[in-house]
Amino acid sequence: MDNETVDRENWKARGYLTSEEVDHPPREVLKGGAVAVIECPQRIPCDPCSESCPVGAIDMENVNSLPKVDYGKCTGCGICVENCPGLAIFTLDCSGQDTCQITLPYEFPLPEAGEEVEGLNRKGEAVSNVTVTRVKPKDRSVGDTSTVTVAVPEESVHDIRNIRRKE
Amino acid sequence: MRVKDHPVLSFPEREEITFTYQGKEVTARQGETIAAALHNHGVLELSKSGDKLRPRGLFCSIGKCSSCLMTVDGVPNVRTCITLAQEGMVVEKQEGFPDLPREAEPLEPSSTETRETDVLVIGGGPAGLKASLTAADAGGDVTLVDENPFLGGQLIKQTHKFFGSSDLDAGTRGIAIGDDLVGAVKAHENIEEMTGTSAVGVYKEAVGLYKNMEKFVKLNPGKLIVATGATEKMIPFPNNDLPGVYGAGGIQTLMNVHGVKPGKSAVIVGAGNVGLIVTYQLLQAGVDVQAVVEVAPEIGGYFVHAAKIRRFGVPILTCHTVLEVVGEERVEGVRIGEIDENSELLQESTQYLDVGIVGLSVGLSPSYKLLAHAGCELQLNPVLGGYVPIRDQRMRTTRDDVYVAGDASGIEEATSAMLEGTIAGADAAIELGVGGGREEEKIDDCLNKLKDLRAGPYYRELRKSIQGVEIG
Repeated sequence: MDNETVDRENWKARGYLTSEEVDHPPREVLKGGAVAVIECPQRIPCDPCSESCPVGAIDMENVNSLPKVDYGKCTGCGICVENCPGLAIFTLDCSGQDTCQITLPYEFPLPEAGEEVEGLNRKGEAVSNVTVTRVKPKDRSVGDTSTVTVAVPEESVHDIRNIRRKE
Repeated sequence: MRVKDHPVLSFPEREEITFTYQGKEVTARQGETIAAALHNHGVLELSKSGDKLRPRGLFCSIGKCSSCLMTVDGVPNVRTCITLAQEGMVVEKQEGFPDLPREAEPLEPSSTETRETDVLVIGGGPAGLKASLTAADAGGDVTLVDENPFLGGQLIKQTHKFFGSSDLDAGTRGIAIGDDLVGAVKAHENIEEMTGTSAVGVYKEAVGLYKNMEKFVKLNPGKLIVATGATEKMIPFPNNDLPGVYGAGGIQTLMNVHGVKPGKSAVIVGAGNVGLIVTYQLLQAGVDVQAVVEVAPEIGGYFVHAAKIRRFGVPILTCHTVLEVVGEERVEGVRIGEIDENSELLQESTQYLDVGIVGLSVGLSPSYKLLAHAGCELQLNPVLGGYVPIRDQRMRTTRDDVYVAGDASGIEEATSAMLEGTIAGADAAIELGVGGGREEEKIDDCLNKLKDLRAGPYYRELRKSIQGVEIG
């Protein structure tokens, strides 16, 4: 039940971006610490990411522009992750030794820190088991959206964008 | 079936009441509609249709579609989706066309009232709430009427955060925006709220309001603002009338307003914003959504809404259509299939999905009937959803004492509805001589914001269509 074979293949038909379609931060940036990745390819009227950024790292000409992260300014604080109405922003951090940390918006019953969950890609397919390292419930969020941080192998830092708790 | 452990909403325990359904006692939560209470007990079939005795269940859940009519306390054709369950009520299923009640008494003359108001706003959704607040802030006396038991319109079930610009509540959940606006309306001394009240006609000397089936009010307003919203569209396929086929908004009402889980598994038809959002909300309520079926080759709603459900593995099947719903008394499954460029079915592509819910989000059409009744000039405009009134930028229709705002003027977002409501309320106040320079400023500000909202490529068609129905 996938429409992969439709030849009018594009993100407007698929509903997800392929890893190649995402503007990845360079590896050296990720090695330096957390930064935000915005997966928002469509010009819709929306600007809370840019407006909420405390360091002015998300540039938007007007409310309908595509947001672009300035990796020279972004501190990876995650405020935009919590504010984005489309739940389309993630922070990635590969400054640790073996694994990367992904912080993702998560509006489902929350896991606990230390819990092993399935890491899912943008199509909801299981990539690998990952460990929850931090949970921030929505009442502590600045944007009313809870976030979950997971430790993932570096090779899947650009693939894992969701989690599924195990039964 | 109740929604449990909702990640965004909480449903506090409320007092239970008891009413009878087909002679048996059933329970309801205080503040719950009859239809929601019955649904919670697994009663999906609310009546049999007039002539063919087909089973009928809940569809729109906001009092617009007549699919939920039942006999309540001897009165037939009561819209049980907007009528609150009350202690001791007697609710009966209708089998075919009901008889007129034999023992009903006509309304006493004392229950008819005639009076005046500066501004009458019909519809308590985002447009009507803003229109009321703006006109009342200017100093006008406002009467706000809604046929639902509570104000807020569709905001009360929008658990997602709104888009738009940050100075327009973007990033705030619709339910929170609704709470704020309703709170402000209730606290405003210039606004009289009449819920449970249907506006039944716009006459020369007054607007007829029928309150809670017990009182008739003839209200003569200085200005009338029609903010009646919209109604969900239906598409043709066999068994599209079975209980279990809902308007997507009807599903939202059940699960997000009343905390009733609509079922276990669903297929959503239509990948516009409503379909995508409702799919996500169904997942949050613990319902398995097997697919979103979309007849167009591309997803119509915002990409980010689609991405949210795709990463939970919900397929969005573009170039697909519903062939039929299968079931006798209620939805038992749905057959879908893929179509080619000529809209021909690819026979080998058909598949059966075993679901109890089919949610239709195939568009909305403006609720224009009161505007028609008032004699406002209408135009059929498919991009705006159907018949919409010709109006100027200040939302004045071709009748100078009648305004329109929100989805009734053309299907758009709640954010634009709030801006239009503000414009209508401010202009009505100015015209009545209660508003002044501040109201002019508000109108300019809202007109600029509307322009910005509609400026992007996503709204190209909408912009053109609005220009086509605007005068002056």
